[in-house]
Amino acid sequence: MTLDIRPAHIIVNCNAPLIELVIAGDWLLDSQIADLELVLVQLGDGSKFKKLIFSTESLGCWDSLLMTELIRLIAYSEEKGISVDIKTLPSGIQGLLSLVSALPERAGVRRHSIQISWLEIIGNRALDLQSDINAFIMFIGNLTLSVIAFFRSKAHFRSIDLWRNIQDCGPSALPIITLISLLVGLILAFVGSVQLSLFGAQLYIADLVGLGMTREMGGLMTAVIMSGRTGAAYAAQLGTMQVNNEIDALETMGFDPMEFLVLPRVLALIFVMPLLCLYADLMGIMGGALVTVNFFEVSLIEYLNRTVNAIHLADLSVGIFKCAVFGVLIALSGCMRGMQCGRSASEVGDATTSAVVTGIVFIVIADSLMTIICNRLGI
Amino acid sequence: MSSPCLSIKNMTMAYGDFIIQRELNFTINHGDIFVIMGASGCGKSTLLMHLIGLHRPLVGDVFYGEQSLWQADYKARQDLLRRTGVLFQSGALLSSMTLAENVALPLTEHTCLSAQRIRQLVSYKLALVGLAGFEDYYPAELSGGMQKRAGLARAMALDPEILFFDEPSAGLDPVSAKLLDDLICSLRDHLGATIVIVTHELASIFAIGTYSVFLDMETKTMIASGPPKKLLAESKDPKVLRFLTRGASESSSFSEMKHKHEIL
Repeated sequence: MTLDIRPAHIIVNCNAPLIELVIAGDWLLDSQIADLELVLVQLGDGSKFKKLIFSTESLGCWDSLLMTELIRLIAYSEEKGISVDIKTLPSGIQGLLSLVSALPERAGVRRHSIQISWLEIIGNRALDLQSDINAFIMFIGNLTLSVIAFFRSKAHFRSIDLWRNIQDCGPSALPIITLISLLVGLILAFVGSVQLSLFGAQLYIADLVGLGMTREMGGLMTAVIMSGRTGAAYAAQLGTMQVNNEIDALETMGFDPMEFLVLPRVLALIFVMPLLCLYADLMGIMGGALVTVNFFEVSLIEYLNRTVNAIHLADLSVGIFKCAVFGVLIALSGCMRGMQCGRSASEVGDATTSAVVTGIVFIVIADSLMTIICNRLGI
Repeated sequence: MSSPCLSIKNMTMAYGDFIIQRELNFTINHGDIFVIMGASGCGKSTLLMHLIGLHRPLVGDVFYGEQSLWQADYKARQDLLRRTGVLFQSGALLSSMTLAENVALPLTEHTCLSAQRIRQLVSYKLALVGLAGFEDYYPAELSGGMQKRAGLARAMALDPEILFFDEPSAGLDPVSAKLLDDLICSLRDHLGATIVIVTHELASIFAIGTYSVFLDMETKTMIASGPPKKLLAESKDPKVLRFLTRGASESSSFSEMKHKHEIL
């Protein structure tokens, strides 16, 4: 390699019916070589030459580049019925060629790209959607069975798992919930103040923030945060367990993964979500107070008094109920996508993405429905 | 043929304060099939991580030829490592890519070959490991043995001078393991590559290893080195003998075992 690299080339010596290819120079991946087509043309269609031999006396270094060219050459010759004398090649190349042909391609293994019509794509999507819905209903059914087992205290799971899950999705989430709710309360106060200060009714910012947070925003923001935080974590955990055969292992040991893995996660979220919602409401109201007291000449006592008068127990309980429902939905979508996960790293990613997307879609749909129902009932 | 290709000088490896192996000194020659052996947990795979630039030794250095791996700057280290290929225990194929894309990845990244040339090279490498026609399959669609062979095709993509194998025959049936051993041997013979294998598969060690080191967990250093068959015949160390005879050195069948391997 310390020598200068000699250009790679092939000289064709014709001596019908024998054709000799003199392979010379250094054949390395980064060297420039002439197109093999020129040699293939000289080989012809098999009518002129019957036998191909090689001469490699002046061949220098070589690597995979020479191998690919030779494989192409030999494949062409065999197709045209020209017999190739491999024995005239160096032994290293012979060995590699025999390795390449040692395990010939099995028939039917190679895949061909097929054109799929758009009609077929739509059809497939529809079928996918249907099986997705079926799987979801199955999942809910199984979960219901394990919840029943839980209430009959026949569910098999470790109580430490339940507590650990509660710790993970409850107290550990407080910092982010604090930040987001405080800011949402603050934003609500600013937005409201623009209109209310027109009438000199700055005091009513307290009503707006209080009602807005307790009925709607507290629960919704908590749900969105938890969907990204815990729903995604559930899907990733269960998905990775699926990849590592851990779920299969549990099943062979006689545990129902639904009871052992999914149930504690769902229960933890259902238990924690209302508490987080209550906390988020409080933080939002404090955010509102921060703005109102500092910018709009309302004292803290006045603000808090106004808030207490504005919020009724019904408002608070509607918000908390909604949040509990969101908790179920987040846990459902996270665990379902995790359990359905395929067995590779990229599929864990897909499962996580789809858990968050499904979770948020469910949350928004459920929220709209419940808001309409509350409106009709006059709560 | 016996010029040093890789030398390890006075190397101590540690995770934080916990020392895995200390004062390792050995040389791997060109054309060797070098076996790193030892009981599970003795630091074989960790040693491999140090050789391929994934983990920095606490003390000492690895030399590729004359060049130091760990005193070199990042760029120089990457250039040195370009000359190596690694087959990880489970193949470590990227699951979101087809086999062809996996093998083509280093080629597209480190060379300026045309797309057609890369396609030919990929087919050639896959044919070498007996996976002709499987270009468009995803790793998850293949069996463990096939994934391992595809990993080998990717490790060979850039025609490396040194090929590292982490437990190549783990999880393979005896016939597949034998085929993989044969493949490793013929790659060494035909490509002139140097092979470094981490394994505790006795059959492979005796069948293909030309030189070996034995790492010991208790003394935390290498306690034997030499051609595996010679170690079996001549070593006086009970730990080495126990390992190489699957524990039979303590039983009466030891001489029988020894005799059997001598015939082999």
